[in-house]
This record gives sequence, C-alpha cells and structure tokens, in this order.
Amino acid sequence: MKIVVLMKQVANKDAVLRIRSDGKWIEEADVAMQTNESDGYALEEALRLKEAKGEGEVVVCSLGGASAKAVIKDALARGADRAIHILVEESYKLSPYQTAKIIAEAIKDEQADLIFTGLQSDDVGYGQTGVILAELLGIPHATIVIEVDRSSLNGTLRVKRELESGWYQWFKYRLPALFTIQSGISQIRYATLQGIMKAKSKPVKEIQATIPEFPSAQKIEKIYLPLKTKQTQLLGNGDAKRGAIELVEKLRTEVRVL
Amino acid sequence: MILAFIEHKNGILNKTSLEAITAAQTLAKDLGLRASAVIPCDEDRGLAREIAQYDLEKVIVARNPKLNVYTPDAWADAWTEVIKKENPQYVVMAHTYQVRDFAPKVAARFEREVLADVIRYRKENGHLVFTRRIFLGKLDADVVLQGDAPHFVTFQSGAFRADKAEKGNADEEIIDVEVGEVRMTPEEPFQEAKASVDLTKSEIIVAVGRGIKSQENIALAQQLADVLGGDLAASRPICDAEWLPIDRQIGSSGQTVAPKLYIALGISGAIQHVVGMKNSQTIVAINKDPEAPIFDIADYGIVGDLFEAVPVMIEEIKKVKGN
Ligand SMILES: Cc1cc2nc3c(=O)[nH]c(=O)nc-3n(C[C@H](O)[C@H](O)[C@H](O)COP(=O)(O)OP(=O)(O)OC[C@H]3O[C@@H](n4cnc5c(N)ncnc54)[C@H](O)[C@@H]3O)c2cc1C
Repeated sequence: MKIVVLMKQVANKDAVLRIRSDGKWIEEADVAMQTNESDGYALEEALRLKEAKGEGEVVVCSLGGASAKAVIKDALARGADRAIHILVEESYKLSPYQTAKIIAEAIKDEQADLIFTGLQSDDVGYGQTGVILAELLGIPHATIVIEVDRSSLNGTLRVKRELESGWYQWFKYRLPALFTIQSGISQIRYATLQGIMKAKSKPVKEIQATIPEFPSAQKIEKIYLPLKTKQTQLLGNGDAKRGAIELVEKLRTEVRVL
Repeated sequence: MILAFIEHKNGILNKTSLEAITAAQTLAKDLGLRASAVIPCDEDRGLAREIAQYDLEKVIVARNPKLNVYTPDAWADAWTEVIKKENPQYVVMAHTYQVRDFAPKVAARFEREVLADVIRYRKENGHLVFTRRIFLGKLDADVVLQGDAPHFVTFQSGAFRADKAEKGNADEEIIDVEVGEVRMTPEEPFQEAKASVDLTKSEIIVAVGRGIKSQENIALAQQLADVLGGDLAASRPICDAEWLPIDRQIGSSGQTVAPKLYIALGISGAIQHVVGMKNSQTIVAINKDPEAPIFDIADYGIVGDLFEAVPVMIEEIKKVKGN
C-alpha cells in the first residue's frame, strides 16, 4: 500500500506579516515558516494507517522553494519513508489549478492507493488543490475528513466527513482515492532522535517543475489589512490589568450585565 | 446567465442558498445578465416552487434517482450537464462544506478553478474585483478572474443577506440529467453525541481559545464564567485537545450562539469560529495580538495578556457584585 501525503510550507501562525512594497504579497524573507497545520495531521493519519496495516510506504510530496526542505526533513523524521520535492520558488503565484496540475504530473507514476492532503492551507486558503488533483488523476475524493476507519482498509476505506453544526457522515470509498484531512483528527507524534537520524538517509527526489499555462487563473492584485467593520473600544491602552478594570466598568454601565 | 446553487437535505432548503440567490441577483444586475437557480435532486419535494418565488429567470430542477443523497460524484455529474446546456457566465454558490466538496471538481472538469470564500466584490472600470481573506483572516486580497466563462465563485456566509433576495416569479424547468458511476457509498448523517449543554440559551458566554495554553488554565476562565453567571465555551482546538467536551465548541462545526455578552479569551477570530458567535449582542476580545481578526468584530477589546487581565476582572466583578 502506498500513501502520498501532500504537505506545504506556510507562514507561521503567530508571525507578524509585513506587506511587500508592491502590495502583491507579504515579505516572506522575514517570516518564520512552518508546516501547514492540517497537512501535519494528514501525515499523522497516513503513518497510523500504515502502522495498522503493518506494511506500506508513505511518500511525502511538497511543492515549494528551497526552504520547503524543512517540511520534508521533519516529515521524514516523523516516519515518512521518502519524499518528492517539487521545486518552485515564489509558489504563491500559482493558482490552485496550476498547483494541482504540477503535482498530478509529478506523482501520477507513483500509482498511489491513497493521497492525503490537509483540507486547506493557512496562507492563501484556496481549499481546493486536493479536489482538483483528484479530478485530474481520475480518482474519487472526500473533503473535511475527521476520522479514518483503519480496520476497514481492504481495497476500500471508510472515512468520516465533518458536516456543519456538529453533524457527521461516514462514506465508503473504493481505492485509489484522495482525502483532505481536518486538523485535530488525531494527536500528532513528535519526531524521535532516532527518527531524525534515520531521516538523513531517506531518499528525496527533486523535480524541477514547469509551470503550466492556465488562462483562467485567479490573480491576486493587492493585499492589505482588513477594513474594520466595527468600532472597537480598546481598553487599558496596552496595560491588561487597567484594561480589565475599565472593562468591568463598561460591563456594568454600558453592557449592563452586572 | 448566472446560475445559483440551491443546497438542500431531502428537499429542505439550506438557508445559505438564499444568500447565493442574493449574490447571483446582485451580480446579474451589475453585469446586465439574468440569474437562475439549480436544484440537484431525485424528486423536487416542493422546493422548486419555494425557490420560484424569487426573482429569477428560471429554477432548474436537475433530476436523477442517484441524486437522492449527496455524493461529490453525482453532484459533479449533474452540474456538468447543466453548465454545458446553459452556458452560464458565472456559477455562484454559498461556501458551505458541501460546496467545498464538489465545486472544485466541477470547475476542474471545465479547466477552471473556484474563486472561493469571497467576502465582497466591487465593479472597477467594468471589471469585477473580488475580495477574500487570506492568512487566516489577517489580511484581505483583491482578486480578479481571468480567461473565459464559466467562472465559479463561492461567497462566505454573511457576505450577502438572505432577506435581500428579491421576490418574483420564476419558471420551473426539469432537466433529467445523466449521472455516471458513483464511486463512494454514503451512510446516514448523524450527530456525535446529543449536546448536554445548550449554549444557544446562554446569556453570557466566556469562550477560551488556544491562548489559554493548557488544560489547567481552563479553571481561570471557569471562574470568570462563574462570577458572571455565564457558561464556558471554546474554539475548536480546545475541544480537539479534549480540554473541554465537543458540545462546548462554537463555530461552523459546533454551536451557533447569540448571547447578550460573549467574551473571547485568546481566540484569534478565524471565520469558522466567528460564524458561530458574530451575532452576539456585545463581543469582548482579550488577545495579545493587536492584529488578531477577532478585534474586527469586537465591541470592547483588551490588547494584552489574558493571564493578567482575567484575574483582575474576576476581582473587580466580585467587588461590583458585592455591593
Ligand atoms: C472546515 C473547518 C471547520 C472549522 N470549524 C471550527 C469551529 O466550529 N469552531 C472553531 O472555533 N474553529 C473551527 N475551525 C478552526 C478555525 O479555522 C481556527 O483554526 C480556530 O478557530 C482557531 O482557534 P483559536 O482562535 O483558539 O486558536 P489560534 O488561531 O491559534 O489563536 C490563538 C490566539 O490566542 C492569542 N493568545 C495567545 N496567548 C495569549 C495570551 N497569553 N493572552 C491573550 N491572547 C493570547 C493569540 O494571539 C491568538 O490570536 C474550523 C476550520 C475549518 C477549516
């Protein structure tokens, strides 16, 4: 059994983002990067499925610049068997269809039984690369998967999709199939020292991608701080304790809940 | 023509589809086009008549027995046929979990992608400029579409108002669509556990997010909730980590609440959380990141450490209540 896991490098959740002078993207140079949150869960689920089955191969695939090596290294240390690095600098310029097309080209010969991805990236948040990829590869997909019935694996696999407002639904899929994984599906393991050592000798295939022509790409013209929709009364002027005193006063006199 | 997607469960309308109708009508006006609605289903249980009361050119019932329950394969096949027949300029949908599941697949079949989760648009020099949130709500991006129709656009919940959908009298048209092989077998949808707390009735909610840092610290938020006579709730990561049970989760996957007072402690304000609490009468945010999106919707904010603010709040409230 072979599982390909798509993992992307994105800006750190808590990073302070500065907008580039041309207004088209952020200054990436000064931002700490991390593995996209839900992609980390996608890898964890793939590793658990392989362990439950007792055999198989987990192949990590990352599209990005040289810095994405950090994502790959970490995934290999956690237990992935090998990696494919599709080298594209300034990958934020790609539209989701282009990204899916490049990845489809890079992994189609792998003939994976399963492809796991995170459900969306925490930067551009297109939330569709996986679905488009499944269509390009001609395989079925499910999104927002919150549980995998590992014991059901047998040429088919049952997965639980999250619906809105606390509802869920199980679906049975014939393999090959692609699933986009929701954050929180399980607890992510840490890389062990042994894992980190082993990772050094695991194969990483580098692919130089050609960017496909795509006339229907959505194009980012400008990025900016969101316009405020509400007038917020900021209290305490940076002093949290004073803010707390002022807030309680407001709760008493304006909100009238005390 | 602009096509709006009508989402339903066994003929019962998903109300966000009315927002899609408003969006389609608004776009149609701006572009000098007409809007129509599409209902994929096995049999239209009166839903077409309900939708025909809106100002639309027609309501298209895309019918096939395999459309009795939702699957991405069946929905994609139905949409593919309708789009080929109608040649729309735009296909407009509400950005629901179901739409996230099948819309990109349909778009890909036409060598297109989805301009997803749009919060607003404007017309500029004859072109449409769409705005969507990026970086988990920290920044906005103005985005333009390129290439030829059909274009696929999904709008965030609340981007258009359901009660602004204009009434009219639309024709109904039935298309018996072909649906090919469906490669997935759905079971019955279910709710995990019956919620033991009904936060929708709470007047005061103190909600904790990842900023609370550890399970032990939840007690601090509980104390604040107690002195206020309110209930404790949480963002998703807190429930994922099982620091609080899932029935305390607020947001698109959890409960939707509208209390008199909602205090968000260490919650960033991701859209999936915000949709569950934005209608609260008064929103208070305590967050050490001045750029956190939660401040966009807060009436009162403290930029700072919640571990400094909350103990003082508890003391001050006790003083007030003591009098
Ligand atoms: C399909 C889908 C469905 C989802 N459904 C839901 C849902 O139903 N409900 C939900 O909540 N989320 C949901 N999410 C997740 C959502 O996108 C966010 O990831 C989540 O809401 C973030 O939770 P948070 O704000 O607690 O954490 P974070 O985003 O990590 O924010 C933590 C905040 O705490 C602040 N902070 C840290 N330390 C302190 C301190 N000492 N004092 C003050 N502030 C501090 C930080 O500045 C930060 O703003 C969903 C996501 C998807 C994709």
